[in-house]
Amino acid sequence: MNYLNLIAVIVVAYLAVFAQARQTLLRDLFGAQVDLLPSLMVYCALNAGWGVLAGIALLGGLWFDTLSANPLGITSLPLFTVAFIVHWHQDLILREQRYAQFVLGCFASALAPFLTVLLLFGAGDKPLIGWGSLWQWFVMTVIGGVFCPFFFWLFNRLNRDFAYQHLPESTFRSDREVKRGRF
Amino acid sequence: MLKRPHFIALSIVLLLVLVLLSLPTQTATQLKLALSSLFLPLFGLAGSYQTLTEQAGNTIVPRRALLTEIEQLKRDNERLRLDAMQSAQVWNENAQLRQALGWQQQAAWKLKAARVVLREPANWWRGLQIDVGQRDGIHTNLAVLTQEGLAGKISQVGYARSQVVLLGDPNCQVSVLVEDGANKGVDGLIASSSSSVLDPTIVDLTFIESQKGVKAGLKVTTSGLGGVFPRGIPIGQVIDFTSVSYGLFSKARVKLAADLRHLEHVWVMLP
Repeated sequence: MNYLNLIAVIVVAYLAVFAQARQTLLRDLFGAQVDLLPSLMVYCALNAGWGVLAGIALLGGLWFDTLSANPLGITSLPLFTVAFIVHWHQDLILREQRYAQFVLGCFASALAPFLTVLLLFGAGDKPLIGWGSLWQWFVMTVIGGVFCPFFFWLFNRLNRDFAYQHLPESTFRSDREVKRGRF
Repeated sequence: MLKRPHFIALSIVLLLVLVLLSLPTQTATQLKLALSSLFLPLFGLAGSYQTLTEQAGNTIVPRRALLTEIEQLKRDNERLRLDAMQSAQVWNENAQLRQALGWQQQAAWKLKAARVVLREPANWWRGLQIDVGQRDGIHTNLAVLTQEGLAGKISQVGYARSQVVLLGDPNCQVSVLVEDGANKGVDGLIASSSSSVLDPTIVDLTFIESQKGVKAGLKVTTSGLGGVFPRGIPIGQVIDFTSVSYGLFSKARVKLAADLRHLEHVWVMLP
């Protein structure tokens, strides 16, 4: 991951956290607020190293917790766990395929809130959980899955348009050129 | 096997999370508020956008509609002035009677208007952030109202913003009174409702004595017990009730008077 991509990911994480707290359209439509950070972590897990993963997980989690009633820092660990699992199996993942990106987004968006709620219970908090939470979980999973290919498209597009592209090396060498004569 | 960088990254994240989670509540709150100031540019942008859209909306409203609205507001204003005059008389009479009986005098509500700037991004809490804070004299545990009734209470206070925990959140329990015209009323406790996660306008009313009759349609107001909320703030109406704990207690569902899904402005009750 180059610097441009890294900055873009941080900016998108920052905007995504604020948008989740500001916009109520999806909440009004589906009765659940979506979380875009797990899908973003999938992109990072397949394109960045461990340092970047830890940094983005900490930053995104802290930002989310500052605008939420969650205890500070509790979201970072699930985000990093999701990224850890995906990064660990990155050699087996067809990262260019849209359906693979969707499935990974669904997996991350389902696992991260589940782990967060587990941690909250473990920390002695009593989050509001009921049968309706299953529907909210489903909505978070599917919409998170939809956003994952979008993030791949967005960051690849940014990279293609603004980052320096290496010229493909030609195999042509003038000293090895066979010049044919008339016969 | 795990390679070295994996261990280092995992250890750093784990260590930082553990340190953050073990911070004292006061320090964690201060840190939270300090970190949330990183969003100030976005708060500014969102505020400007809202103002601009309101101004743009105002410019396209026809003059006739504005004049009609002014007329309506004038009529409302006159009616409210008459109501206020009548209330002032009743208030004075009440104060005199309280003085005669040696009861404690009631203070008038001091309210501070606030705009909702953010909502809780997590699905397992019910809360919001408002644009008033310490600079406006706000502190924790103050009641937050809408014109329909109680909405919640202040849970965290920053310099210019505060976090509100709404009714129905597990951290907002309110001692209430079910107003039964014939009797003194029935005490209960408003708690979070796991059966209505998807509908934030319904909460559970628990710890109602089974012998006391609670019927659907009865009004629920704050009882004043507990010292956080003053007595008499409307909360909602009983929808239905069931017997729990082998008939020792009853549990009811209450439809909140305030629509907590679409709050844009609230009032903070100052001491």
